[in-house]
Amino acid sequence: MYRKAEEFEKPLREIEEQIAELRRYPESMQRDVRLERLEKKLAETRDDIYGNLSRWQTTLVARHPRRPYTLDYVAQICTDFVELHGDRLYRDDPAIVSGIAEFAGRSVAVVGQQKGRNTKQKLHRNFGMPNPEGYRKAMRIMQMAERFGMPILTFIDTPGAYPGSGAEERGVAESIAVSLREMARFEVPIIATVIGEGGSGGALAIGVGNRVNMFQHAVYSVISPESCSSILWRDPDHAEEAADALRLTAPDLVDLGLVDEVVPEPPGGAHTDPLAAGLGLREVLERQLNELGQKSAADLVEDRYQKFRAMGTIAAG
Amino acid sequence: MAWFRKQRSSKRPVGDRELDTAGKWTKCNHCREIVYRTEILDNASVCPKCDYHFRISSLDRLTALCDDGEWTEFSSELGPVDSLQFRDQKRYTERIEQYQERTGMKDAVVCAEASLGAIPVVFAVMEYSFMGGSMGSVVGEKIALAAERAAATRRPLIVISCSGGARMQEGAQSLMQMAKISAALAKLREAGIPFISVLTDPTTGGVTASYAMLGDINLAEPGALIGFAGPRVIEQTIREKLPEGFQRSEFLLEHGMLDMVVPRTEMKPTLAKVLRHLTGATKSAPSDAVAAEQAIS
Repeated sequence: MYRKAEEFEKPLREIEEQIAELRRYPESMQRDVRLERLEKKLAETRDDIYGNLSRWQTTLVARHPRRPYTLDYVAQICTDFVELHGDRLYRDDPAIVSGIAEFAGRSVAVVGQQKGRNTKQKLHRNFGMPNPEGYRKAMRIMQMAERFGMPILTFIDTPGAYPGSGAEERGVAESIAVSLREMARFEVPIIATVIGEGGSGGALAIGVGNRVNMFQHAVYSVISPESCSSILWRDPDHAEEAADALRLTAPDLVDLGLVDEVVPEPPGGAHTDPLAAGLGLREVLERQLNELGQKSAADLVEDRYQKFRAMGTIAAG
Repeated sequence: MAWFRKQRSSKRPVGDRELDTAGKWTKCNHCREIVYRTEILDNASVCPKCDYHFRISSLDRLTALCDDGEWTEFSSELGPVDSLQFRDQKRYTERIEQYQERTGMKDAVVCAEASLGAIPVVFAVMEYSFMGGSMGSVVGEKIALAAERAAATRRPLIVISCSGGARMQEGAQSLMQMAKISAALAKLREAGIPFISVLTDPTTGGVTASYAMLGDINLAEPGALIGFAGPRVIEQTIREKLPEGFQRSEFLLEHGMLDMVVPRTEMKPTLAKVLRHLTGATKSAPSDAVAAEQAIS
């Protein structure tokens, strides 16, 4: 079983290295022919790997250490971003970033979990696992957006809310619950996008949108495959089977009627070409925002209610 | 053939809170005293020596709380669907059948209309012995229906939680029930109808992080495990042993997450008192008098 995306991406890295080495040679017909051949091989291998990702591999791609994070997308698709801090109650939680920005010609509120790139940043961002104050900060910003009539864009990327003792003492469950309740009633458009990992309640807490999108290689699940495996198989090594059983990929969630649209990723995943991924995201968000902009406040609330009200499968009688 | 074979006792499906039903005498799970079983049963399944609250069924709860022990169930026809064809070591469909047979219920919640202290209410009571009270589509649908019915009939809603959290076997659909129920509760709140959340042992995961924490008033039974992450997960995360009483009702009361910790024997009178205040039943007499006075002048 793979533990990291880098493991199954290894063939790609090898070809890339060969290409890089070849480029160091002086230009010649022979070099160019070989380069062309290698680049073709790279594209083919990439299509082969990324065209046939298992659900477990997709999970690893969603957690890829080079994958773009919330602030990367915000920097690319928004202008005049002003980050706002703190829940006014306890502290500022760096695992959630929030603020106001301009997107596609209008002012919006932006909220998302934020992971760190290197060890220091990872610790600072608590690996993207928010504490209750993170959700309360998000709520404060979203309530402000509601007051000023600004659409809300959320970016989901978290293994889950932080399972620490302090989080429990300060009511992480309550902070998530209140977020779910309040987001249900906002009169402004809300668009949620799972950009990487959508880990359970800690992800959904900022996911109650009029539109819910997922990047092509993102995952969204009630529990991580590892934890699911530990509970149901009593052994964490069945994560691969658990990922299949949980059906946690973007196409799976579209099939289940839980996600509206899949944001396409460039060949080889968002981390191969973050700018292309960002362009895809911008296109989807702008189009959806225009659609939602046509709706009255009452319709936005009612549509969002009916959308989530219809989720789930039941047998009557 | 093995010469020695370990005698395997059949695994008890649910936590150790269950009261042993065999024999006249039983040993309390908590204080280890030998107690006459009927004495526990007569005391609302609470140990008379140490106040340990044994887990009771959803039907026993309704019997204890509803006036004259009577209620009218609704939406009992709704049952689970294995829409993911989920399979771990066992198929989800097999699990469903097994639990339905064992409990006589279709899923892990009972919804009912009843009166409590002469106030008409809507109940949703979770059943732990059905897959650990886990929340899947049916639990989500039924509690949302209960909230909508409470809003439509202007009856207060009482939800009694007892659940390990979302049901893994329904994947992300279970997760979305958190949003669905919370949205229905938001509507109820806008309609000005009281919602009382009663948390019993255990209430964890997605149930705590949605409706269980959203009561206008949150009550819990003594000593109940209440939290988002399970204690074992937290211990693994912080690499420390958690102190005694962490995530128990009294701990949550101390940290401001609950309004009250209410012993089971006092649950009904407490709920009745709270409901009288919230539904304005206490002030109907004096306000009528004021109205009458104003009408005269």
